Amino acid sequence: MIKLNQVTKTYDGTPVVDSVSLDLPRQGLTAIIGPNGAGKSTLLSMVARLLPMSAGTVTVDGLDVTKTPGDTLAKKLAILRQDNHTSARLTVRDLVGFGRFPHSKGRLTSADAEKIDEAIAFLGLDALQHRFIDELSGGQRQRAYVAMVLCQDTEFVLLDEPLNSLDMKHAVGMMKLMRRAVTELGKTVVVVLHDINFASCYADHILLMQDGRLAHAGPPVDVITPEIIKSVYDIDIAVHSIAGQLISVYYA
Amino acid sequence: MTHRFAIPAALLLVVLLACASLTIGVSDLDLTALLRGGGTDRQTLILFASRIPRTIALILSGASMAIAGLLLQMLARNRFVEPSTVGTIESASLGLLATLVFWPAAPVMVKMGIAALFALGGTTLFLRILSLIKWRDVLIVPLVGLMLSGVIESITDFFAYRFELLQALANWRTGDFSGVLRGRYELLWLSFAMALITYVAADRFTVAGLGESFATNLGLAYRRILALGLTIIAIVSAIVVVSVGMVPFLGLVVPNVVRMAVGDNMRRGLPYVALLGAGLVLVSDIAGRLIRFPYEIPIGTVMGVLGSVIFLYLLLKRTPANA
Amino acid sequence: MPDALAAPVPAPLRNPTIVIAVLAAVTGLLILGFMTIGARGDWSFILAFRGRKLFALLLVGYAVALSTVIFQTITQNRILTPAIMGFDALFVLLQSVLVFLFGGLAVLTFNAQAMFAIETLVMSAFAALIYGFLFFGARRSLHLVMLVGIVLGTLFRSLTDFLVRLIDPNEFATLQDMFYAGFNAVETDILGLCCIVLLTASLVAWRKFPVWDVLAIGRDSAVNLGVAYHREVLIALALVTLLVSTSTALVGPVTFFGLLVANLAYLITPSHKHIHIVPVAALIAAICLIGGQMLLERVFAFNTSLSIIIEFAGGIVFILLLLRGKAR
Repeated sequence: MIKLNQVTKTYDGTPVVDSVSLDLPRQGLTAIIGPNGAGKSTLLSMVARLLPMSAGTVTVDGLDVTKTPGDTLAKKLAILRQDNHTSARLTVRDLVGFGRFPHSKGRLTSADAEKIDEAIAFLGLDALQHRFIDELSGGQRQRAYVAMVLCQDTEFVLLDEPLNSLDMKHAVGMMKLMRRAVTELGKTVVVVLHDINFASCYADHILLMQDGRLAHAGPPVDVITPEIIKSVYDIDIAVHSIAGQLISVYYA
Repeated sequence: MTHRFAIPAALLLVVLLACASLTIGVSDLDLTALLRGGGTDRQTLILFASRIPRTIALILSGASMAIAGLLLQMLARNRFVEPSTVGTIESASLGLLATLVFWPAAPVMVKMGIAALFALGGTTLFLRILSLIKWRDVLIVPLVGLMLSGVIESITDFFAYRFELLQALANWRTGDFSGVLRGRYELLWLSFAMALITYVAADRFTVAGLGESFATNLGLAYRRILALGLTIIAIVSAIVVVSVGMVPFLGLVVPNVVRMAVGDNMRRGLPYVALLGAGLVLVSDIAGRLIRFPYEIPIGTVMGVLGSVIFLYLLLKRTPANA
Repeated sequence: MPDALAAPVPAPLRNPTIVIAVLAAVTGLLILGFMTIGARGDWSFILAFRGRKLFALLLVGYAVALSTVIFQTITQNRILTPAIMGFDALFVLLQSVLVFLFGGLAVLTFNAQAMFAIETLVMSAFAALIYGFLFFGARRSLHLVMLVGIVLGTLFRSLTDFLVRLIDPNEFATLQDMFYAGFNAVETDILGLCCIVLLTASLVAWRKFPVWDVLAIGRDSAVNLGVAYHREVLIALALVTLLVSTSTALVGPVTFFGLLVANLAYLITPSHKHIHIVPVAALIAAICLIGGQMLLERVFAFNTSLSIIIEFAGGIVFILLLLRGKAR
């Protein structure tokens, strides 16, 4: 269980995340959505201790993220942020292999090799594993990074807008993969998403943020309603049930 | 945030500093006596052949360098650059070295012209490199400039060593006004003329500072304005290097200080930049003359210390969110 | 989601160990050549004289290579080098402060090793202060740290110039010699101490290689993988300071050599791991310095321009790198 208590982040006196308290449920896919500037990425980064908090606490299974040694936390939660760039000449397999660092500190064993194989297979990267990551397309590279994060073998997986550089087919593929990570691997996945329809189709639980605060939380059927969306996004939408999925139509 | 009396006050301050500059020196000079028509021949000679030219040179070069710095910041769209930190001055220096090697007897105008051409080349190279690299934060621009400057410096060192001109090079590497005499500084008037042109074209430069696509959209002949701006910067840099040597950081700190008070409008800021530039140079030179009187500490050294301290302050006062 | 279009590629063909072995062989040959070619006269003298010079070149090459590779890993940038941080300028400033306070003659009679030790300690303390402050303040960018370093370098150089002009001209000559040591006027008194320093640094570095491999993929990924980022960067910077002190004490400021060596190493090493890149870089450095020195002495008969030529070559490499878009 990840518990957030009054988590706050201020820049120059302006709160970007304002006293957010919530419990992230175990097992299942939680989507964090909200307008630009709502504080979604900032919140996620603070949970994963990538960004220091101005106030508040975050505990992961009882461990305080600011006080626990980095490598202990690295075995419990993994995060992938938006921009991942490196000039190092790494093959896909090298990159995915880094996921084992918290466990083996760089000296890879045969058990590690198995985990790497599994992660690569899960993401469908077997054919690409010996190619250099700077030779891959954006989508392929993204999958390599996700494979690294899965290879870290943590219970909690946090992803910050992972669909940004992906086209339709690969975006859907990525969401399906995350669902499989939940159902097959028993992971708890938290994703920041831009598109509310991906959230409503794939998430078990949605956190809707506005101006640094948690405006609404609950299963898609409770959160994705025209009234709530209007109050947060300031736009009129129609919500239709199509093939059992809640689809919001806001284009016209 | 500008006070109605700000410019007249600044002007007065510069005039006072100029007078101070006239009186300080190894020989005794009684200004009031001289003004009344008295004073010895020697004193008159010193006044007109050394003190006045020196003071005028200080004002002109200070104003021009500061304005050239402001202009470069506009064109590079980054506030942490100036001719001495992007390779312009070093290129001018290389040009000057080339003249010394191949045409030592060249007249001063020719020396300046060649130095200006090299300076133009160096600045263009810098801007070209900027357009090629994708940078993430604003600080990589000055970093790249400084490294490029270092490269050109080592190239200059290489040739200076080959042609045994290291000592000469060292002389103009540190800006020094002590050698300014009547007949050896007049070129600085030309650099001031460049500064005036900048003022006239200030609005166009402001628009150019918004970026090529923006400026072109607004109907500006971007490339021509860019070329004009670069030429002005190159000529001013060349003139200053040929006449007095290198004075670091002036063109960087002065526009930034002015910008903090007055904002980014070039036409409004230019007079302040000119006055503050002149004032700072006068103060540094006077300090250099006084600290170890009767010996002089060259302005290049004084500005090196003063300018770096101010630059550090400017860098560190950026809020954490901007860093 | 298998990619039907991707052709399977076999595991990397080139073996980094082979690259290292080849470079080591070339280095060995050059060392042999350096010690024996054109040798006339008393062998024990030649051995001692050339041996010391050779040893110094090897130490300098190793120090520069290692410090640059570490530095570029933690800054995640392949065009910045530790020399631009102003370390060398600080070193020279410390020398001039000592002369200012105690007079040139007194400084000359100080024990060379003691002076080196003191200066290195002061430099490390100072660097730790500056960079610790910059890092532990709000999360400041590394670019800011670099820029501050460069400006500090200019400040130190100007302060040195300032001090020098305040000092009596008689002392100036002492300083001239101190400041402008080149590869030919290597400070051999401190070779032993430098060797110890480098050995210690190497032991620490060896253990840190896996961590630095992770640092190379970025701060966020490193923290995610459990690396104690701030601490590791500080340790790395401390090592860099130590290594730069050593090379500056031996031959004076060397700005672009590290850049040249590190980038050549990245180019020819078929591995991303520090355990391969560092030896390759060190060997390339040795080859350049020994080979370069031999060329200059035997072929061109210049003696003190090795540093300038190396800086020049390194500078060209720098511009080429920029044009190829590696600045990031």
